[in-house]
Amino acid sequence: MARRVAIVGTGHSRFGVRYDVSIPELAFEAIREAVNEAGIGFDDIELVVVGNAGGWSSEPLPAIVVNEYAGLSGKATLRVEAACSTGSAAIKTARDAIASGDADIALAIGVEKMNESPTPTVVEFIGRAGNYFWEFENFGLTFPGYYALYATSYMFQYGAREEDFCSVAVKNHYYASMNPKAHFPRKISLEDCMRSRYVAWPIKLLDSSPITDGAAAVILASEEIAYKITDSPVWIEAIGAASDTSNISKRTTFTSLEAARLAAQRAYKKSGLDSESIVKNLDLAEVHDCFTIAEIMAYEDLGFVKRGEGYKLAREGQTYIGGLIPVNLSGGLKAKGHPIGATGVSMAVDITRQLLGRVEKGRQAEIRHGRGLAHNIGGTGHYAYVTIYSLSKPRGD
Amino acid sequence: MLSKSPPVVWRSRIYRYRLIGCKCKNCGRVHYPPASACPYCSSRDLEEVELPRVGKVLSYSIVYAVDSDARERSPVILGLIDLGVTRIIAEITDANPEDIKIGSQLEAVFRRIGEDGETGVIIYGLKFRPVI
Repeated sequence: MARRVAIVGTGHSRFGVRYDVSIPELAFEAIREAVNEAGIGFDDIELVVVGNAGGWSSEPLPAIVVNEYAGLSGKATLRVEAACSTGSAAIKTARDAIASGDADIALAIGVEKMNESPTPTVVEFIGRAGNYFWEFENFGLTFPGYYALYATSYMFQYGAREEDFCSVAVKNHYYASMNPKAHFPRKISLEDCMRSRYVAWPIKLLDSSPITDGAAAVILASEEIAYKITDSPVWIEAIGAASDTSNISKRTTFTSLEAARLAAQRAYKKSGLDSESIVKNLDLAEVHDCFTIAEIMAYEDLGFVKRGEGYKLAREGQTYIGGLIPVNLSGGLKAKGHPIGATGVSMAVDITRQLLGRVEKGRQAEIRHGRGLAHNIGGTGHYAYVTIYSLSKPRGD
Repeated sequence: MLSKSPPVVWRSRIYRYRLIGCKCKNCGRVHYPPASACPYCSSRDLEEVELPRVGKVLSYSIVYAVDSDARERSPVILGLIDLGVTRIIAEITDANPEDIKIGSQLEAVFRRIGEDGETGVIIYGLKFRPVI
């Protein structure tokens, strides 16, 4: 039987344009905080999983470089990659090692320095995330372009408006304004968003997540060790993972991400939660809002609302604190920032701190069920990870 | 712009120049670009088929932030095009953005796709334009 695994320490660097630090320095900001919070020594860590999508940065062996700087050389280690869901893949890899009995304490660190390369190069690298050969080089499809095809299709099918998309950006900036670690800790108005230039119609600049440097880390431990380290472990209740075709054109639905839907169903099944009434079991969710359309599709793919009604949640403000379910109280990818490899781990850090009642006033959710959900997508629904974090010890397998 | 590899361009020439996809002999579904396994039922029993050259717009985007070698053509209209038997993503050419709507009829045309600087390979392939 798989062993239960808990988060026992969290660390988070300041997100933003971090010309001031190198990859290992940035990673160490998060690692040091997580290790200190767990109250363990660096010697206690048996496995280091480094989430880094790379490409735009100059380090081809990020795990080795990060570990040496942190004094972790000699540990079992690897770098994992699952595009923008790299961070969640890193957590899953570390979780699996502990669940299987291979390790008792593991560090999952997500780090990305995207501003190491000029913006056009970064945009091109991201554009290659998909089927580089067929849809990028052949047809010039950029990453915003992929999501724009979904946005256009969604608007046409359900009658959503660009204002509905922008309302997601307004909400996420509002919560980022209370998150000192956010890339853009400031509010924007609906007009600011509507007036911003088109990147790939109907997606505008302020519908889009920024190019961000950042790192986030979690210390994971087996049940026995977790109770020795802390009296408030946050359990990984379930992880659902899925994938989809590399070519967007080989898909059949363009108003939702099938991989996200599959990952959610798998996570709900593993946790024993009823997918029909999932919002009644959650206090908050962090979802993958690389573009605002992605957050709206996430509401539906996760089963918060029926198909075609996600934009109404945004329009009615139902994903603020006090609404149906608060979403992206960290500011989300949109305003907290989206350092590719760090994003999934950042979600885990923020949800853990939310569940423990430790985040800034004004963006702290009311914790009644003791449960939060992370929805982390790689590419345009190419990879999907849905992870459920809980204050209650999960049921056995 | 990252450099384009001539062998990569060369080995894809047939599928870039002609609209050829694969039909699965097991489930009957068609996909593009061709692959050695059906993306829908995983069967390996496939045959190459010529795809219809006329289709209609399922979704589209007007891309302003384009790759460096397409900057002079910005904005670029991208279409997700329904060919009936399957779909294809392609650039829409010879059209103004306001001419394109969901459901617009398009036809395949042969065009220059891009080039790799002064001395690199010039890539040709398919784009789609409104049916005249």
